[in-house]
Amino acid sequence: MNAILHDLIDPQSILFLIWTTLAKSAGILCVVLGMVSYTVYAERRVSSLIQDRLGPNRTGFPLGLFGNLFGIKWRDWSPILGGLGQPIADALKLLLKEEFTPAFVKKLYFWIAPGLGIGAAIIALAVIPFGSKIWGVDMVIANVDIGPLFIFAISSLGVYGIVLAGWSSNSKYPFFGAVRSTSQLISYELALGLSVVPLFLIIGKLNLVEIVNYQVQNGWMLLPGLTAGKPPTLQQALLWVPTLLAFITFTVAMFAETNRLPFDLPEAETELVGGYHTEYSSLKFALFFLGEYTAMITGSAFIVTLFLGGWHCPFIPDGSAFSVGGVLFGLINIAVFFTKVFGVLLFFIAIRWTLPRFRYDQLMKLGWIWMFEVALINIFLTAFILAFVR
Amino acid sequence: MAYQVPRPKLTIAEKLYIPSVLAGLKITLGHLVRMLRGKTHVCMQYPEEKWDANLPEHYRGAPTLVSDEHGRTRCVACQLCEFICPPRAIRIKPGEIPSGDKFAKVEKYPEAFQIDMIRCIYCGLCQEVCPEQAIFLKKEYAINGTSRAQMVHNKAKLVEMGGQRTGLVNKWNEKK
Amino acid sequence: MSSILFWIFAALTLGFGAATLLNRNPVASALCLVVSLLGLSALFFGLEAYFIAVIQILVYAGAVMVLFLFIIMLLDIKAQERRPLSLPVLLGGAAVIGFFVSQILLVLRCFPAGKEPFPALAVDAAHPLLDARNIGITLFSAYNLPFQVIGVLILVASIGVVVLSKRELK
Repeated sequence: MNAILHDLIDPQSILFLIWTTLAKSAGILCVVLGMVSYTVYAERRVSSLIQDRLGPNRTGFPLGLFGNLFGIKWRDWSPILGGLGQPIADALKLLLKEEFTPAFVKKLYFWIAPGLGIGAAIIALAVIPFGSKIWGVDMVIANVDIGPLFIFAISSLGVYGIVLAGWSSNSKYPFFGAVRSTSQLISYELALGLSVVPLFLIIGKLNLVEIVNYQVQNGWMLLPGLTAGKPPTLQQALLWVPTLLAFITFTVAMFAETNRLPFDLPEAETELVGGYHTEYSSLKFALFFLGEYTAMITGSAFIVTLFLGGWHCPFIPDGSAFSVGGVLFGLINIAVFFTKVFGVLLFFIAIRWTLPRFRYDQLMKLGWIWMFEVALINIFLTAFILAFVR
Repeated sequence: MAYQVPRPKLTIAEKLYIPSVLAGLKITLGHLVRMLRGKTHVCMQYPEEKWDANLPEHYRGAPTLVSDEHGRTRCVACQLCEFICPPRAIRIKPGEIPSGDKFAKVEKYPEAFQIDMIRCIYCGLCQEVCPEQAIFLKKEYAINGTSRAQMVHNKAKLVEMGGQRTGLVNKWNEKK
Repeated sequence: MSSILFWIFAALTLGFGAATLLNRNPVASALCLVVSLLGLSALFFGLEAYFIAVIQILVYAGAVMVLFLFIIMLLDIKAQERRPLSLPVLLGGAAVIGFFVSQILLVLRCFPAGKEPFPALAVDAAHPLLDARNIGITLFSAYNLPFQVIGVLILVASIGVVVLSKRELK
């Protein structure tokens, strides 16, 4: 018994590894899924504010149901909370809807598809460092040396969910959606992968934790001079140009990968009814919805990790110290990371109401003729600067 | 011969697309900021704020039965509105006015008058067709109830909603 | 890698590999192949060859098989008719299987290294296994020329595809 207890707090033991990993996984799952529901709320709220509307601003938490429990008079606080209870109402609505499977679908694939989409999006989160350290434990679920490649690989599997959904629905509009998304994902995966190569050339590591550590020391990739606390060298200043290019191409490709406007052709409502999830209802539709927004959060977290310094905030130390202050700073680092992710999500939402949807041939042309070439040239540019400018 | 649509020549900045994205963001975020600072006031928080005072004169709300200066319900149960009502929302049960009454010459009065507000389409034909100027569409639009039975307005309710209306032609004066 | 995981993933790989061949429906076949490839990459993960494992998923499962699926769906290939099996077909199939299995057994018997456990990799905190870096260095030093030649070959192929698809039909 004592041995197990000792193992539980010994950083070298396998038991310690298992329980910390489980705790981290559970924590990140809760945070991200909670974030998904509030991203949907933010999307609705920001969208309506941009369109001079108000959006859902009334639903509170139904605490009034408690009545006078524990001698406290519970109230809904609806006008004060301003619709923060809306995600719960939405989720309940989706859960309680009729689960309808059309007779003409291919059942097995129809049932598998929703799980594939969300599974891929959630697994990709495993390698993203969402904080520095708390009591010596790395705040990343799997610290692997091929982090970015792992994310690309897993998120490329997410397309199977869409393809199977479209194909198994056995109906033309979902099928169009599936075909569109397949070709779109293949086209943009190239640009996505190539656009971050300059970053790896500069940093020289493929480990996301190391990439963040590099940014802690040398300033964020996107704002090197502002966040490092020291003026950048000539090479660093010159490398800012390819980094900016990489950021733009990567962000655009990420929009295409997550099916966000202006690249939301797989589910273009005006053309394809609902796209690949037209035939889905209730919880299966909710899973697609969840998968889409989780993919968006994964993408934003990836952008934050690569370009915006991950959990790093200037003047706030990391949580590597074994003290209460260290733990506090570790928690602050996690909060900083998710704040940045939320900022990128807000950018996603603002872009949604700024740009009209691309025509399909324009989308393909942009992907193959512009993004791909810009990413390639960017690699050469970076290599040139790294080799010849000291 | 196909008509060739002239495409505008784009400058390099326009072709790059990024300046226009920024310009677009400026517009959308401008709307967002104006909304957050409370400069834009387009939406109305409905139950708290209402537009009632600005409803136009010809607004067609719930149909009601009006009374004249003497408090007599003007309806004579001719049933024209019941016949013309497109969704057949109106049900009238005519009753006879006893001969000793002051208005015995009117002959009929509505014993029961029901308008099913679930069926009513607020077309105003009843008001139009009424020869007695007895039925008017008021500006009431928030008609609600928790059951179908509550949504059927009976005579008492209709008369109460209609209230008194003066300045109309009084056909059935005692003098005539 | 624990041997239980090895057996699970090996069974997964082989089982879904067989299902790829046995399935009559081309889409189901392609999906079985995807699962088989994922099992294979899991085996690579077990050997701590993370780079190859991830590239396996990224290239084969993520891109090539998506293209396959795309083509199958676009051409709407129907499930194959089940043909009646005749004695010569069965005999011929059995002969081919027997030949290959005996050949593999023979090779394995003459391969002493296969019977010894894999030597443990010298990986610790001071010497992390940077397989992406190692592969890059090997590829661009020892195998530089073959690598460049393959690059040119693929360039020629892609240019050929562009030329063929751009040619206008007279």
